[in-house]
Amino acid sequence: MDPIFLVEAAINGIMLGGVLALLALGLNLIFGVLDIVWVAYVELVMLCMYAVYFFNVAFGWPIWAAGLVSLAAGTLLGVAVHLLIISPILTSAPINQFLATGGLLFFLQSAATFLWTTDHKTVRLSLPSYEIAGIFLPATRIIPFAISILAVIALYFFLTRTYIGTAIRAVSQDRDAMSLMGASPQRIYIVTSAVGGLMAGLAGALLIFQYSVHPFFGGQFGPLTFMICVLGGLGNMVGAFIASFIMSEIISIGGVVISTEMGYVIAFVIFIVMMFVRPGGIMAKRE
Amino acid sequence: MSRGPLLGGALLLVLAAAPFLPMGGVQQYVLHVAIQIFIWSFIGQAWSLMGRFGLVSLGHGAFLGVGAYTTTLLWNFYSLTPWIGALLAVAAAVAIAVVLGIPCFRFRVIGHYFALVTLAVGEVIRLLIIAERDWTGGSLGASLKTAGTASGLWTLQFADKRVFYYASLGMFLAGLWVWDRVDRSMARSALEAIGEDETAAASVGIHVTRFKLGITVVSAALTALGGVLYAQYISYVNPDTLSGIGVSLKIVFAVVLGGMYSLMGPLVGTALTTALSEGLRIAFGLKFLGMAETIYGLLLIISIIFLPSGIYGSIRNALRRRSTASKTAPA
Repeated sequence: MDPIFLVEAAINGIMLGGVLALLALGLNLIFGVLDIVWVAYVELVMLCMYAVYFFNVAFGWPIWAAGLVSLAAGTLLGVAVHLLIISPILTSAPINQFLATGGLLFFLQSAATFLWTTDHKTVRLSLPSYEIAGIFLPATRIIPFAISILAVIALYFFLTRTYIGTAIRAVSQDRDAMSLMGASPQRIYIVTSAVGGLMAGLAGALLIFQYSVHPFFGGQFGPLTFMICVLGGLGNMVGAFIASFIMSEIISIGGVVISTEMGYVIAFVIFIVMMFVRPGGIMAKRE
Repeated sequence: MSRGPLLGGALLLVLAAAPFLPMGGVQQYVLHVAIQIFIWSFIGQAWSLMGRFGLVSLGHGAFLGVGAYTTTLLWNFYSLTPWIGALLAVAAAVAIAVVLGIPCFRFRVIGHYFALVTLAVGEVIRLLIIAERDWTGGSLGASLKTAGTASGLWTLQFADKRVFYYASLGMFLAGLWVWDRVDRSMARSALEAIGEDETAAASVGIHVTRFKLGITVVSAALTALGGVLYAQYISYVNPDTLSGIGVSLKIVFAVVLGGMYSLMGPLVGTALTTALSEGLRIAFGLKFLGMAETIYGLLLIISIIFLPSGIYGSIRNALRRRSTASKTAPA
C-alpha cells in the first residue's frame, strides 16, 4: 500500500481524535463529579445536531448562529437531564442510574425517529479543501479539530483558574469533604451538568460538518465515547484526552489497512484487554 | 393447600390448550405474538440469572448472535441439522463466556466496568458479523435456507406455528425451572454475598471466580439457545437485531421493567413491552414510527426512578407486605 494513504489516515485520525476528545471530556467531567455515566450523552449530541440542521437548513440562519443555538440547546438539555433524571436517583444503586440514562437513550432515539423519521439529514457547507504534499485536508475536518482543541484548552482553564472550576474539581476528589466545608454539592452538580451539556452542544455543532444526523447517530459514537473515558480512567481528564487520540488513530489506520469494521473491532478488543491489565486507565499508577 | 399452585396449574392448562381454541382469523397472529413473548422472556430470564446478582451484562447480544448465526450458517452451508448446530452454538457461547469471564472475574472487573466490557464484547461480535460479509451476509443479514419437503423435526423447520408455540412455551418453562433451581440453591446465597462485597465473600471461603463464572456460563448457554430458537422461527438473522448494543439493551430493559429479582419479572416485562408495541402498531399502523418505543422509553425511565424493583416485583412486594400485615394483626 502507498504510504501516503497511511499518513493521510493518521492525519484523519488526529482530526477525529479532536472531536472525540470533546465528547469524552464532557462525559468524563460529569462522571468525575457525579459518579454517574450518562449513557445517553451522545444522544444529546444528536439532538444538538438536529438543532443545527433545523436552524441552518430549515430556518435559513447562518451556520455560526445555528451553532450558538446548538450550544444553548446542549446546556439546557444537560441541566434538564440532571434535574429530571439524575437528581431523583442520585443515591440509588449504580445499576439503576446506568439503566435510567440508558432508558433516556432509548427514549431520545425513538422520539427522534417519531418526530423526524430515520432520514439522514445533512448540512451542506461549501468549504475548500487544501492539498499539502499529496494529502488532502478538507476544511470540514480542520475547522472542527481547531475549535475542539480551543474548547479543550478553555475547559482546562475553566477547571483550574476559576472559583467554580476549582469547586468542581474539589467535589470530584472528595464529595463528603466538600459538603463539610459548607459548599452545596447540588449547585456544583447543576453547573457540571450544564458544562457537560455545553460540550455536547459544541460537539454536535462540529460533528454536523462531517456527518449527517439521524436518530441512531449515537450508536456510532456512544459506545466509543464510554470506552475512551474508561480507557483514560473515569474522571481523569488528561487520560481521556490521550485515549481519544489512541482510539481514533486505531480506528482510522485500521480502517484503511483492513476495513472500517475491523478498525473498530481492534479498538474494542484493545479496550477489553486494557480493562484487565490496567483497570484504572492508561494514566493510572500500578498498585 | 394454597391457591398459588392451583392457579398456576389452571393457567398452564389454558396455555397448553391455547393453539386449539377457536380464535377465528386472528389465531396465527395471536400465536406469533405469544411465541415472541415466550422466546424473549426466556432470553430475559437467562440475562436476569446474572443481572440479579449485580453482574449487569450489556453484551448478551453477543451470545444471542453467536447462537442464531452458528445454527443458521451451519445449516445454510453444510446442511447440518440444527440439533447439532444448537450444541455447537451453545459451545461457542460458553467459550466466549469463559474467555471473557475468567479475566473479568480474576481481575475484579465489576459494576460499571463489567457493563462496559460486556458492551464492548457485544459490539465486537456485531462488527465481526458485518465484517465477514462474504459468508454472514453482512448487515443485510442472512435467510435460513428452507428445507422444502425435508422440513420437520430433523431440520427444525415447521410450517405450522403451533409447533413453535409449544417449543417456545416448553423452553420458557424450562427457563423458569432453571431460575427456580438457582433461586433455591446454595449458589444463590454465595452469589448474593459476592454481589454485596467480594472481599468479604472471599474471606468466608466462597470461591468468587468459580461461582461468577458458573452463573455466566449458564446464562450465556441459555441465551444462545434462545437465539437458536428465534432464528429457526423467524428464519432470518441480522447482526443489528441479534447482536450489539441495541438488542442487549432491549433484553435488559424488558427485564428491568418487569422486575429482575422475581421469577415472573422477565415474562411480565416482555409481555408488557410486546403488547405495547403491537398495540400501538395496530392502533396507528406505520404512520407513527417510533411512537411505541418513545412511550416504552418513557415508561422505563419512570419505572426505574419510582419502581426500582420493577412492575411485577413492586406489586408482589406490596401484596406480601399486606398479607404479612394481616397475619400478624390480632384476630
